[in-house]
Amino acid sequence: MTAHSANHHSDDHHDHDAEVKSKVLFGFWIYIMSDLIIFSCLFAAYAVLHTHLFGGPSGKELFDLNYVMIETFLLLTSSFTYGLAMLEAEKNNKSLTLVWLFITFLLGAGFIGMEINEFHHLILEGFGPHRSAFLSSFFGLVGTHGLHVTCGLIWMAMMMFQVCRFGLTPMVTRKLACLSLFWHFLDIVWIFVFTIVYLMGVM
Amino acid sequence: MSNHQGGHGSAKAYIIGFILSIILTVVPYYLVVNHSMAVDELALAVMVIAVGQLLIQVIFFLHLSFKGEEQGKTLSFIFILVVVAILVIGTLWIMWNLHENMMPNDMNMLNH
Repeated sequence: MTAHSANHHSDDHHDHDAEVKSKVLFGFWIYIMSDLIIFSCLFAAYAVLHTHLFGGPSGKELFDLNYVMIETFLLLTSSFTYGLAMLEAEKNNKSLTLVWLFITFLLGAGFIGMEINEFHHLILEGFGPHRSAFLSSFFGLVGTHGLHVTCGLIWMAMMMFQVCRFGLTPMVTRKLACLSLFWHFLDIVWIFVFTIVYLMGVM
Repeated sequence: MSNHQGGHGSAKAYIIGFILSIILTVVPYYLVVNHSMAVDELALAVMVIAVGQLLIQVIFFLHLSFKGEEQGKTLSFIFILVVVAILVIGTLWIMWNLHENMMPNDMNMLNH
């Protein structure tokens, strides 16, 4: 009898958690959708301004497609490994969740490191955002994406700490699920950065 | 695909999505590197592939569908896509018109 009522109680609890989770995730999804509008404005600005070189270099002269290809694979793989982390979190496997989160973090950090390196070289060569409207819009678009990834990495570091400290509680898995939406979303934005800025830039 | 407790798909879904994404990244790369088409066709092909990859990641990684709880997310996503299309296409259209009508070209210069 006691066992039964305790069981019933935990079921109620579970339902409540599931309801909170789906509401929080939907709210976070709406935030991501509004973020998409920011990116679409930056893409529109880039599309208008990418021919305005002001005597400066064009994308064809600046971009190294092989380098960007490695960046793309790092981010794509990190999106995949985050998915695996979510699957392990669902199975309540704390250590494997941490392992996949850590791998995801390293891949994301590698991506950001490569991007900072690319920006650093461009600025050193005098091709910073001040050089032309093309470069302003390039740094605006790619930099905003990089800033998002950096925020995602800080968030991920905090989540790894929380998984260690609290375990996979409903609160922690809810936050992990929000971050997973954010991380996959950044990968999708990068597909279009890769296609519109880099692939079309070197044509 | 198993849809247990509004979950996060299966390992199989992630692996299929990952493999398809890799293919759809490598193919446009080779198309561009090998200059396999005229520039306009190439741009179109690369954009179509990017949209294909968008759909694949949305389905296999974000698990959007028209079933149950996911419906609200999917509908808001479609709505935002329409907004984005209006924003981007509208901007390009307006700026192209401005460029055509406001730029003093050589013929106008001669007439004044």
